[in-house]
Amino acid sequence: MKSIILASLFAGALAAGAANAQSGAPIKLADVAELSGGGATVGTNWKNGIDLAVEEINAKGGVLGRKLEVTHADSQSNPGVARAQVQKALDGEPYVLLGPGYSGSVKVTAPLAAEAGITQIMGGEAAELTQAGNKFLFRTSFGQQSSMPKVAKYINDELKAKSVAVVWVNNDFGRGGRDVITKEFGRYGIKVAADVSTEAGQADFAADVSKIKAAAPDAVFVYLNEEESARILKELKRQGVTAPLMGETTLVGQKVIELAGDAANGARGHVGLTTDAPVDLVKAFREKFVKKYNYVPDHNGLKGYLAIYMIKATTEKMGKVDSKAFADTLHGLTIRAANEPGILMDVTFDENGDIDRQGFLAEVVEGKQVIKQVLPKLK
Amino acid sequence: MLSASRVMFGHLEDVVMSNLLDLIIAGLATGAIYAIVAVGFTLLWQTSQTINFAQGEFVMLPAFLMLAAMQVGAPFWLAILIGVLLSMLLLGLGFKILLVDPMLRHGVLPLAIATMALAIGIKEAVKQFFSAEASPFPSVVPAGDVTLFGRHVALQSVGVLALAILAVIALTTFLNRSSIGHQMQAAAQNPTVARIVGVPVERMILLTFLINAVLVALASLLITPIYLAKFSSGEVLGQAAFIAAIVGGFNQVRGAIAGGLLIGVVDNLAAAYVSTQYRAAVPLILLIVIILFRPQGLLGRPEERTV
Repeated sequence: MKSIILASLFAGALAAGAANAQSGAPIKLADVAELSGGGATVGTNWKNGIDLAVEEINAKGGVLGRKLEVTHADSQSNPGVARAQVQKALDGEPYVLLGPGYSGSVKVTAPLAAEAGITQIMGGEAAELTQAGNKFLFRTSFGQQSSMPKVAKYINDELKAKSVAVVWVNNDFGRGGRDVITKEFGRYGIKVAADVSTEAGQADFAADVSKIKAAAPDAVFVYLNEEESARILKELKRQGVTAPLMGETTLVGQKVIELAGDAANGARGHVGLTTDAPVDLVKAFREKFVKKYNYVPDHNGLKGYLAIYMIKATTEKMGKVDSKAFADTLHGLTIRAANEPGILMDVTFDENGDIDRQGFLAEVVEGKQVIKQVLPKLK
Repeated sequence: MLSASRVMFGHLEDVVMSNLLDLIIAGLATGAIYAIVAVGFTLLWQTSQTINFAQGEFVMLPAFLMLAAMQVGAPFWLAILIGVLLSMLLLGLGFKILLVDPMLRHGVLPLAIATMALAIGIKEAVKQFFSAEASPFPSVVPAGDVTLFGRHVALQSVGVLALAILAVIALTTFLNRSSIGHQMQAAAQNPTVARIVGVPVERMILLTFLINAVLVALASLLITPIYLAKFSSGEVLGQAAFIAAIVGGFNQVRGAIAGGLLIGVVDNLAAAYVSTQYRAAVPLILLIVIILFRPQGLLGRPEERTV
């Protein structure tokens, strides 16, 4: 009799615990990002975007009545460290994994998350990431296969360039971008006048710019990370290269403008996400971010913020916190800014985890990114 | 047909030549900064047998001191002054009293390893107290072009080169012409005899540490606008200066200068004509060749120390 009472008490306690996990306990999210090393700008923006969104959602009562709780781990911008940190994060059984931002780090961590059946929402843009049949991986921005054709079209139609020097960073991100754009150039009959590979973390670009100068191209396509973009812009100016400079997102980003100063003026680029977008919700986001962190975020700040609202919208669509059904729900989902203002712009996720959203063409004018054209959402 | 090909090759030659000249000028400008850092390196070795593996971080830090001064509202010129003075205090006096003096008693190797620890310490401290991200840094040389040998050359390259050469001339004049310079040389060559004839050897050694602190602050001022202020930027510089000192001759100031300029040019030519991936290896290969065939360095003398 006594044992039955004890057993029922025990069962009751268990049930209470389970119920608690169902309703009151916070939803655990794990973020692994580039908080130091070469990608520190990327990771810090991403993290701050996440924290801002989590704070907003929690202040309004959380998701389905449960608060969000996020832990941040530093990948040191190193794929090996990222892998170890993601493994550690997955051991804690998070609802969703956030990050990393570097494509190389995403590439080595995505199989771990997929194996654990945990959805990974990341910042990487390399084309190949969503082409490996991974059913748990989602982008927060355009992949190169969506952005590069737009860049090539602009170089052909607007700049009317017949020969282009391509400068790229020798990692997964850079090589992916270079491969896609070179193929696109082929379709327009644009010649690659110089194919300049550079190293991540490179400090001195004098030799690379000399090569570009010697090739005398009609335009230069620059596809490097933030700090390297700033250094090469300064060197291009120093050596008097006057050909139009075209990039994708990073080249005309806030951090690059701050670091390169005058040398960034005149640079153009396609941007999928920018806080300068002529969209009211994006402007409001920018104000909130600046108020909290005292600086203007780049696209990575937006990516981190959007990742959290993707989780909110998907979870509310399911009506339950179900880690296993999450990815299936997000595939094919359209989130409208009218229903979920945190998503900022209407977005649709396809079967590969790629996104469809409106994009922009920007130019740096007197130290500020100015949007010159809006490119509408495809569907 | 023949003339057409001549025109074509003539054009190609022009392109290659002009490219080469650009590369050499840019290489000399960076090399001159390496030279300044390498000179400080050899000075410390000669007067106090200090192999300073934190020399690169010594170049990285003053830029952050200047940035900090500007953040609290100092104008650029005052920030430079504060940066140089703090550098003399921390990287000159502090470095000697707190690290070199206690460690040197235990030999050259423990001291060298202690400087490696110091390098990590400085790097991590900058990362923690400033930022892991790069920051922009104003240039002392204005942007623009000058015409040199009928070619447009960046004023910044020429300015950096000119400032570095001026610094080196000032230093060698001081060492060779002034009384204090002579005393420093005596203290380096034979401290015992120098002490007997009344040279204040300790004070002379301290002076070399202060000179090194000024040199690294100057290098910091010149290189940071190009490389950006970042906690990790000392790694490349320290290695380049170390190689420059060995290639040029560890015991000669003029050797360090030649070594610095050579490494700067070789690095740039390697990046352009060999490959960006292997550029970092080329100066190291040069180092190995020099050690094998001329261990005292290009301009160094075996078994002799002078300032």
